[in-house]
Amino acid sequence: MVERDQTKKDIKELARNDKYSILLPTYNEIENLPIIVWLIVKYMDESELDYEIIVIDDGSPDGTLDMAKQLQNVYGENKIVLRPREKKLGLGTAYMHGIKHATGNFIVIMDADLSHHPKFIPKMIEQQRYLDLDIVSGTRYAQGGGVYGWDFKRKLISRGANFLTQLLLRPGASDLTGSFRLYKKDVLEKLTQSCVSKGYVFQMEMIVRARQFKYTIGEVPITFVDRVYGESKLGGSEIFQFVKGLLYLFATT
Amino acid sequence: MTKLMEWLLFAVLFFSIWIALISENVNLHFIKEWKQFVLFLPPVVLFVCGLYAATVVLYRTFTFNNCEQAAIELQEQIEEAKKDLQTKGIVLKCK
Ligand SMILES: Nc1nc2c(ncn2[C@@H]2O[C@H](COP(=O)(O)OP(=O)(O)OP(=O)(O)O)[C@@H](O)[C@H]2O)c(=O)[nH]1
Ligand SMILES: [Mg+2]
Repeated sequence: MVERDQTKKDIKELARNDKYSILLPTYNEIENLPIIVWLIVKYMDESELDYEIIVIDDGSPDGTLDMAKQLQNVYGENKIVLRPREKKLGLGTAYMHGIKHATGNFIVIMDADLSHHPKFIPKMIEQQRYLDLDIVSGTRYAQGGGVYGWDFKRKLISRGANFLTQLLLRPGASDLTGSFRLYKKDVLEKLTQSCVSKGYVFQMEMIVRARQFKYTIGEVPITFVDRVYGESKLGGSEIFQFVKGLLYLFATT
Repeated sequence: MTKLMEWLLFAVLFFSIWIALISENVNLHFIKEWKQFVLFLPPVVLFVCGLYAATVVLYRTFTFNNCEQAAIELQEQIEEAKKDLQTKGIVLKCK
């Protein structure tokens, strides 16, 4: 316990000039958004770190934006920043849109559907600060990580895809399709500019390009609990897109 | 060099050695004794690699950590969050 407090003090000291911009792209996440914001506030306040939450809503028909406004009233305009867009323009451009408005020198990217738990953010920050890494990636595949709510078929596909990716690309990071990561802001800006893929493959390409640019990458094991509320937005062509993207990266990098 | 090039280079190297061996350009006693084996080397290597891949993937699938505890914790925190948010005056979507 004493040791834990000491670590917390050290991190606070190390990160005293840092600000973390947490990007939350949302599409129909009215049930998840208040919870995820509450959890982020809880863990970031506990760690006494400076942060802002940037909500990028793409005109969700379920009223996610109104919920975000309610949250803004409670937590303040400097903590909850709203950067909505008119219509659904996709995840990749949502990130870029968020980065443009971020005032922090570090950026955290995560899903708003509660499958990425905010308790891992301070852990990522801790590792980043101690080793001065350019990227810290959450990983489901390393020791201590894992998933919940996946059946055998999904686990098999996930493990198979991961094996193939590791074999073909040797990326030096164990989870390429996950999107729970901490970046230095300028690093993320450079990466989004040089990545051409969309969707799942975008996450994969970011790590591959990061290796090309000789950025340092750390990993924190995360537990991935499948979304409780709302629907998955990714269609059945997911696997096909993944294979196409993998082969593209295999042939070009 | 792209990853594809690396693989092609390796494949070319492997097959050149293999062809050199079966075409009896290399006159080693050892090769003669193992002629049958050398002849079938490519499919054998492929089979062994496939077996290795299948074993590893299956093993990792079965040992994929099920985070029961994380799911329970999240459920509890969701309830806690809802209560706290409501006392702060937020109108949650009822379900
Ligand atoms: N702004 C914006 N956010 C999006 C868009 N599509 C998805 N999102 C959000 O991006 C995050 C990840 O999307 P998900 O649908 O959860 O994708 P996934 O995690 O691969 O799949 P599931 O968890 O199985 O649903 C969530 O927070 C979504 O609300 C979009 O077009 N625009
Ligand atoms: Mg999700």
